[in-house]
Amino acid sequence: MKLKAMALLASLFSVSSLAADVVNIYSFRQPFLIEPILEEFTAQTGIQTKVVFAKSGLIERIKREGKHTPADVVLSSDFNTLLQLQESDLMQPIESELVKANVPSTFRADDGLWVALTKRARNVYSSKTRIGAMPTLRYEDLADIQFKGKLCTRSGKHPYNLGLVASMIAHHGEAETKKWLEGVKANLARKPQGNDRAQVKAIKEGLCDLALGNSYYFGKMIMDPEQKPWADAVHINFPNQQDRGAHINVSGVVMSKFTKNKANALKLIEFMTDNKAQNMYASLNMEYPVKAGVPLSELVASWGEFKEDSLPLTEVSKYRPVALKLMDEVKFDL
Amino acid sequence: MHLRFSLSKWQVCAWAAGLLLSLPLAFLIFESFQPSAEVFDHLWQTVLWDYTANTILLIIGVALVSSLIALPLGWLVAYCDFPGKKHFEWALMLPLAMPAYIIAYIYTDLFDFAGPVQVWLRSLFGWQSAGEYWFFDIRTLPGAIIMIALVLYPYLYLIFKTALKEQSHKLIHASQLMGHSAVFSFFKVSLPLARGSIVAGLALISMEAMADFATVHYFAVSTLTTAVYDTWLGYYSLTAAAKISAVMLLILFLTLGAERFSRRNQHVFERQSVHNHGALYTLKGVKAYFSTGFCLLVLGLGFIIPVVILFSYAVQYFEQSWQSDFFIYAWQSLTLASIVSFCCVLIGLFVVYAQRLSDSPFKTIPGRIGSAGYALPGTVLAIAVLLPLTRLDEWVNHFADSSQWFSAPGLFFSGTIFALIVAYVVRFYAIAQGTIEASFARISPSLDMASASMGRTKGQTLRLIHLPLMHRGILTAGLLVFIECMKELPAALLLRPFDFETLATHVYQYVSDEHLELAAFSALLIVLVGLLPLYFVNSSMERTQSHE
Repeated sequence: MKLKAMALLASLFSVSSLAADVVNIYSFRQPFLIEPILEEFTAQTGIQTKVVFAKSGLIERIKREGKHTPADVVLSSDFNTLLQLQESDLMQPIESELVKANVPSTFRADDGLWVALTKRARNVYSSKTRIGAMPTLRYEDLADIQFKGKLCTRSGKHPYNLGLVASMIAHHGEAETKKWLEGVKANLARKPQGNDRAQVKAIKEGLCDLALGNSYYFGKMIMDPEQKPWADAVHINFPNQQDRGAHINVSGVVMSKFTKNKANALKLIEFMTDNKAQNMYASLNMEYPVKAGVPLSELVASWGEFKEDSLPLTEVSKYRPVALKLMDEVKFDL
Repeated sequence: MHLRFSLSKWQVCAWAAGLLLSLPLAFLIFESFQPSAEVFDHLWQTVLWDYTANTILLIIGVALVSSLIALPLGWLVAYCDFPGKKHFEWALMLPLAMPAYIIAYIYTDLFDFAGPVQVWLRSLFGWQSAGEYWFFDIRTLPGAIIMIALVLYPYLYLIFKTALKEQSHKLIHASQLMGHSAVFSFFKVSLPLARGSIVAGLALISMEAMADFATVHYFAVSTLTTAVYDTWLGYYSLTAAAKISAVMLLILFLTLGAERFSRRNQHVFERQSVHNHGALYTLKGVKAYFSTGFCLLVLGLGFIIPVVILFSYAVQYFEQSWQSDFFIYAWQSLTLASIVSFCCVLIGLFVVYAQRLSDSPFKTIPGRIGSAGYALPGTVLAIAVLLPLTRLDEWVNHFADSSQWFSAPGLFFSGTIFALIVAYVVRFYAIAQGTIEASFARISPSLDMASASMGRTKGQTLRLIHLPLMHRGILTAGLLVFIECMKELPAALLLRPFDFETLATHVYQYVSDEHLELAAFSALLIVLVGLLPLYFVNSSMERTQSHE
């Protein structure tokens, strides 16, 4: 008994698994999005995966851990995190012909330091009964006085909103974007709160008529019997279809410079860009696969094709620090 | 005159412990002096004052609401007889086992526009839309204050109730003889006498409120805690985040300093034995109904309603949410909480005993600096702990590489459960120290003198005299730390190693996605595991009183 307890305690203090058949993952993405894909990977290759899930703080942790980091790969849920990781000088290029063949060059770094895995559009949801579909809506319109008291969104400091504001700065400059943000804030029906689903629910409840949200949440809600009525109450609109196209963000993956399981890490990344995983991303998570030719889920396809903003993500991401500064300046969340 | 500056080995241990516990904070403060003008100036010019105001309002609000709940309850239970009192006396502590962010989530669901309460109101009055009537919004600062107060008031209730029971009934009888009412006696006799205990309880509550992250984040209330988080993870400025943390530490030390200052003239080392028999007041009629109703209301809001809702979620979503991994998470949470409680109590004993033995004017400093971690939010604490631990890891690995005696161990300190243990001990040591200090204070110094006169060493006195007398206090200290460990979240999120999940981190993954129903089992387990220790805390207090 004593021995068993000692063994259990020892296992708590074990540093990390360095066994050959393992990949250690730090994940910004949530467990229920990633676990089915990792299970499939293990089933196909026999390589075990170990994951630390956290929504934030992982980059800081890797920086502190430096060359001793146990992480082999990092999964990110937005583009800016990929750039932060790239700039940390703790990553190494992903050198794989398969990955190059799978992922179009706009969705991976020239030097191979990051690879996008899925795309998601920043949509505007509108109330079916009070507003109807808005095929000609532009993000710029959200600041229009006609929507006063009708708009809902999550915190302005969430990466998804910061990405959108950064793209507004890239297109319109800082001063105009600040004016736009002030207009958007003045139109809010309530203080920014909750997640993307909560905004759609708020439309259903009549608290607001318009809301910002990522496209895949719409699919997720339709698949959940409890949340289907929320999704049924709204239209999903792709903004700026007449001009530059809708703002898109990506989730992606990077490889640690100090990985001790490089071969396995590479296998995982290749798996995630290939047909099986890309299909799973599309069908289970309702995301847009990056690999050409992988079909969308039937549901996602039913929302129709849309035009994407073609401005390179690296260009957009430059303005993220300014976006955050503007959020504080207009006190968006307060 | 011969001045002696020698320190006994007890003092050396106490100083070592205090300094080690404050090491993460020292690193943080050092970091805060690095230049980071741009980010901090920007925050200063834009939102920092709003954050500070929100933080202070939150602390004052939680302290006020907790007092309004805990003081009347403590008085009712200590001095009055009314229907159900025996049960309420222990049951009123139960909300302590409930994490604040869980009841915040539950009540948001309940009082939302689409929640059962508003749906019922609309069907009752025939309203159609939100514009036709007013209903309070729970996701606000006042909402956060009420949620946090509902689960923190038991600290004050526990301490105040005990203090009242230790006051002799004779004082109240004297007040009654002079023709004063019960209310007058409460304000003029009971409250002033228990002032020290009340302030101590409020200090614990204020520090917890200041450190709360999950509730205020969920309610979109920006406080200094959320500002630290944004600054570190949004502006990527550890230095600016450390500066904000330093502001929080300043608020903390001002609060604690005010508390010490207000008690500077109290020199109560021992209490006369108190022989109180029966209740002072027997409540009948309206007063009895009102008292029972008040207890039921608080208990219902803070515990019964949330538990019933969690239970119904757990049953309703059984198939989607049941995982055999629960037992692993529970085991990991339990192990962690037990190790941390043991460490906190052990350190607390040494530090407080050394303080008792010393007559130096600086004797309380090790305990004070050691307790400062309590006010730090878990996120900040995680950074603060990583700073020295990664440094330590670097040294060890460097040494290993150059010595060739042993292979480099990797991140043994910062990458294992060790980092979590350090973080929790730094955070919760204050609870153990406070409880143990109170326990020591009840033991007359004359016992120490008697023991010394019989040739016992200080260590023997501690072992043979003090420990048996205060074992209930020690148990209480350990159990309170244990309960807090079960609920702790932000530090665990950032510091946990691979394959390590606590019940709280498991629950939070779902709460943060607004899907608590899928983690209702784990949430119930956190509460249930916290209940057992609470039962022990309460019965140990009861026995302590009956022995006096």
